[in-house]
Amino acid sequence: MRIRISHAISYVYAEPARHITQILRLTPRDHDGQHVMSWRIEPTIDGRLRATQDPFGNIVHTFSADGPIADMAIQVEGLIETTDLAGIVRGVTERVPVEVFRRDTLLTMPDAALAAFAEDVTRAAETPLSKMHALMEALHETLPCIETGQRTGLGAAAAFAAGESIPQDMAHVFMTCARHLDVAARYVSGYVAQSDTLPHANGAHAWAEVHLDDYGWIGFDPANGLCPIDTHVRVAAGLDFADAAPVRGARKGGDGEALAVRVSARNADGRAANQ
Amino acid sequence: MVAFDEMTGTEGDVRQAYTALDRWLKEAPPEMLALRRSQAELFFRRIGITFAVYGDEESTERLIPFDIIPRVLTKPEWTKLEAGLRQRVTALNMFLADVYGPRECIKAGIIPADLVYRNACYQLEMVDFQVPHGIYCHIAGIDIVRVDADTFYVLEDNARTPSGVSYMMENREVMLRLFPELFATHRVAPVDNYPDQLLATLRSVAPRSSPADPNICLLTPGQYNSAFYEHSFLADKLGVELVEGSDLLVKDDVVYMRTTQGPKRVDVIYRRIDDDFIDPLVFRSDSVLGVPGLIGAYKAGNVTLANAVGTGVADDKAVYSYMPEIVKFFTGEDPILKNVPTFRCREPEANAYVLDNLEQLVVKEVNGSGGYGMLVGPHANKAQLETFRRKLKAQPEGFIAQPTLALSTCPTFVASGVAPRHVDLRPYVLSGANGISCVPGGLTRVALKEGSLVVNSSQGGGTKDTWVLDA
Repeated sequence: MRIRISHAISYVYAEPARHITQILRLTPRDHDGQHVMSWRIEPTIDGRLRATQDPFGNIVHTFSADGPIADMAIQVEGLIETTDLAGIVRGVTERVPVEVFRRDTLLTMPDAALAAFAEDVTRAAETPLSKMHALMEALHETLPCIETGQRTGLGAAAAFAAGESIPQDMAHVFMTCARHLDVAARYVSGYVAQSDTLPHANGAHAWAEVHLDDYGWIGFDPANGLCPIDTHVRVAAGLDFADAAPVRGARKGGDGEALAVRVSARNADGRAANQ
Repeated sequence: MVAFDEMTGTEGDVRQAYTALDRWLKEAPPEMLALRRSQAELFFRRIGITFAVYGDEESTERLIPFDIIPRVLTKPEWTKLEAGLRQRVTALNMFLADVYGPRECIKAGIIPADLVYRNACYQLEMVDFQVPHGIYCHIAGIDIVRVDADTFYVLEDNARTPSGVSYMMENREVMLRLFPELFATHRVAPVDNYPDQLLATLRSVAPRSSPADPNICLLTPGQYNSAFYEHSFLADKLGVELVEGSDLLVKDDVVYMRTTQGPKRVDVIYRRIDDDFIDPLVFRSDSVLGVPGLIGAYKAGNVTLANAVGTGVADDKAVYSYMPEIVKFFTGEDPILKNVPTFRCREPEANAYVLDNLEQLVVKEVNGSGGYGMLVGPHANKAQLETFRRKLKAQPEGFIAQPTLALSTCPTFVASGVAPRHVDLRPYVLSGANGISCVPGGLTRVALKEGSLVVNSSQGGGTKDTWVLDA
């Protein structure tokens, strides 16, 4: 599937910012299931934009600009060709040992409730793979997922206790349970193309990947209740949200920040485009 | 358990190092000692040397009790200790270069992979990054305990931001003023060149691109940090600026310090802020103490951080238990300094033994420090033992256990007169491109309560001046 993505992140400051630095993880890379046909990342104000890689192999842009800055936006446009590999993730640049992804992090700290849930819902499953499917399905049914933006992230334990979750925390809950079951798990941020069947589509999204000996990395999207297919565009991965967040920023001045995000991810195949 | 007394041994005969001091103590009237002690306290109050106790609401700032009777080490004792410290710190730096580089020690099975990779202190940002001059741990504090005339154990390595060196220096300063007559009868190796050595170390590790006279600053989390006094003390002694995160800015991967003459480029940062808080763009985003972009500048090779990011993976208490093998693997020599025998609770057999013998053991959190989160079995009540039993069953990998050591004692002036109290020693070891240096002695900490083995200042410990006799 060809997916056209348009993502604009805009900031308005009540009091102009004197200096802004942002770390952007907004650029996908090729792997077996996706090919980046075109990609452009453009701030609306003058500044310095420099690309590097982080420890996970994600492409990271550092953007910095001097003020006064009353408003600014980061605009991302791109076209991606994807293939359905039933969640299998291959051909990704791996820079750190898999063992690293068994670590507990601030947002994926296990607690008794998560541990009990992970064990209960996977007890009947026999293979590691079927355990992960059982976990995803149980989570999808048990924990209602609301849209990002309705609430900030809480981390796995708090989100699970709250009884509803945003997609980012759905991924955290899934990862925490997987790690509790001794399976390496990582966080993925990306986009999901518009879809008639997926509840969380046409926008930015987050899911998880687990590493199983016989398969390598496999994606699991508990918010949508399926393994990523050709609707999913993978952008960045890490130990949790903090490593893969699309934007991390710091600024001097700029009190009274108002943030607006506009994002679309649409099927751009000839057939769909003609509709 | 009879402890070895550094003045009288186990038999009661005064040891050679202490003969002059013993004579002096016998002649000194108790009123004189009491008077000197109150003078010492006055000195410390005037200097303003305080520390904060976390979790203590009544007094956030306190004086660390100072004991006026010095602890004495002979030259041969120190020579052996120093050789062991140099070896240990060399191995620590080689270990860090290896785990962030070729990982030979993991491949060779010297240390289990998960202890490194699952360790939150193993900073992925440092993987395959070449630190300036190949040195990670520029300032190390190695905690040493003694159990008999010849045996010194390393109790703990501190490879992150070890503190306490200001006490080592101030203690000497105060002793020189209070007891000039003692210094006339003892040839005590000086410690006042520590700032010079530290400055030379920091200068030696400046990025190769920086000017011959690199700009160095000391980065503090601020006045609410328990060691703030030390930060300002050291900045003053080093003659470098004391800065907080908000005093630094990063532009195009270069760090600048705000000054009244405009931004001034910074080449070396002696940072006393933990990894997690040093750059909100890379580590904890809620940190207001750090400098956004600092890690970018570091990785671009434009600034040196001392200590390097990620040194915590080497002083983890679970990693500690592998130090004898690590020393041997990297230096090819047998370790000069021994480790305290350590049970790794992550190993089921060891944990079973620990659970069965909790009353005799000291249990420590793998990631704890400062005596917090620790159980001293012989001194614990039933409830405390039960709490730790639960913790050990729930999360065995979070703990290690060690036998309760009969730490050596030193004569200490307490309410009832001069009495033996348990001590430890923290020497400070500096590693730069100019080599390794270590001022003779270090900081002696003393457990002031009779029979107590916990020397941490946050748990009621005091300090003493440490003398290494030149002859």
